[in-house]
Amino acid sequence: MSAPVSEVQLERRTAQQASGDLARRKFSQRVAFAFFWLAGFLAVAALIWIIGYVMVQGLKIINLEFLTTRPAGGVSGEGGISTTIVTPLYLVVLTIAIATPLGVGAAVYLVEYAGEAQRESRLVSYIITVARTGIEILAGVPSIIFGLFGFALFVSALKLKFSLLSAGLSGACLILPVIIRTSEEALLAVPRSYREGSLALGTTKWQTVVSVVLPAATPGIITGVVLSVGRIVAETAIFWVTLGGSYRLPTSLLSSGRSMALHVYMLASETRAFDKAMGTAAILITTIIVLNLIINYTSRRFAARMMGRNR
Amino acid sequence: MESMGTKIKAQDFSVFYGDFQALRDITVDIPIHHITSIIGPSGCGKSTFLRAFNRMNDLIPNTSNQGQIFLDDQDLSGIDVVELRQRVGMVFQRPNPFPKTIFDNVAYGPRAHGLRDRAKLAEIVERSLRDAALWDEAKDDLDKSGLALSGGQQQRLCIARALAVEPEVILMDEPASALDPIATLRIEELIQTLKKNYTIVIVTHNMQQAARVSDYTMFFNMAEDRAGYLVEYGPTKEIFTRPQEKLTEDYITGRFG
Repeated sequence: MSAPVSEVQLERRTAQQASGDLARRKFSQRVAFAFFWLAGFLAVAALIWIIGYVMVQGLKIINLEFLTTRPAGGVSGEGGISTTIVTPLYLVVLTIAIATPLGVGAAVYLVEYAGEAQRESRLVSYIITVARTGIEILAGVPSIIFGLFGFALFVSALKLKFSLLSAGLSGACLILPVIIRTSEEALLAVPRSYREGSLALGTTKWQTVVSVVLPAATPGIITGVVLSVGRIVAETAIFWVTLGGSYRLPTSLLSSGRSMALHVYMLASETRAFDKAMGTAAILITTIIVLNLIINYTSRRFAARMMGRNR
Repeated sequence: MESMGTKIKAQDFSVFYGDFQALRDITVDIPIHHITSIIGPSGCGKSTFLRAFNRMNDLIPNTSNQGQIFLDDQDLSGIDVVELRQRVGMVFQRPNPFPKTIFDNVAYGPRAHGLRDRAKLAEIVERSLRDAALWDEAKDDLDKSGLALSGGQQQRLCIARALAVEPEVILMDEPASALDPIATLRIEELIQTLKKNYTIVIVTHNMQQAARVSDYTMFFNMAEDRAGYLVEYGPTKEIFTRPQEKLTEDYITGRFG
């Protein structure tokens, strides 16, 4: 009988194999880690480079006068940017005021009520499916399409001209899908136990939605609104065809105006004042960063208070 | 059940989830101002039966019932579901306080039912928290979030929240299964004090708990087709010392389940 490989030997051999295997696994882990680190580094570096470049170029031109005088027009791009700082604020207030109630309302319907309605009627079920698909598609449609729609409907057909109102309504259409989808996500993230807990106390569905579900979803809904604010401040094409391009400060809902992003575009494409375009861009980026910080901070405070992490 | 009053009565009651029968032909009388526990292996329909008493099962699509359940001789299907849930409160398996202050959690039900008077609300909140044995720990923190409490405190807050609505019946779905032993003991003591004023039905996985807290015990089991059915029902002492059915004996001695 030839001596078989003893069990001890066998064990030792597999142990050796395992340690060789471990070294290989550790190596691939290191390679992967290096790759991810590099990817992250490049992404952040590119961002910082862009922002830094715009800031450095922009700061050369920015002074108090630039911020407080209104653009004067002309091929040389005379004047400052005062009115173009104020106009987007008007636009933001207007679009958010129009789109938030509609968007949140639609999301509440889709999350809380659509399921029931869909079970009850085939036709309603079909309409809801179409609506959902529509929202998905609209969220990915380029903004200039919304602009053309706004131009055709609000500016021409409804005779609202190039105005804050036309721009506000078109902007609201643009951000509506974003607000609906983020609000839907926020509502879906509210634990079922909250709803059950409320209903079990003998409340109606509506009371449950208003008193428990919506407050719990508020931080998520605010996130959607923040994204939309950023979108409105940064948007150019849609306002070019609905807001017009007047340098003057809008005095009513029906007057034309010019947002900062639009001003950047105008300066860069139609004047020689590229330095002023950079300066405006720097202010635009700063505005967006500050807006984000403020809203982020407040919504986090709000969420923390809700979750009882501080008093 | 001897000569005492019946609070809830089920008659040939069955529940279906779509085509699947979850409960089969349950007939049982639940006595007023006592604690009745429902025990049985996982999936035997204990919770489904409990959730039929306040029609929580209605929230699940495609559920249907057969047979009847009566609350004080009133058929549940004839009571408006919102009114029914005011009369039959519920405490869930996982503590589920709302992300609101302790005060607002307890005042939630009364407010939803239209009470606005602050003094009256404060009175209800204090009484409910006292009844739920949470007042001493929480009285200085009423404006603190309910989620900042420990698990056991959260569950007592949920009990206080249910009490604030002044229900007649309190359903408890494994109310201590997510809690540590000390918190569990406190909840059990609390349940004992509550039976003076409320009819309590408690589902539990824990047989010792059923033996400790309840006056009556129902033992559920799962049939071949996975439908739950009632094997035996009687005073807790008898169920645990002299069960009539072999199956009950096997279960309480830990031979299956």
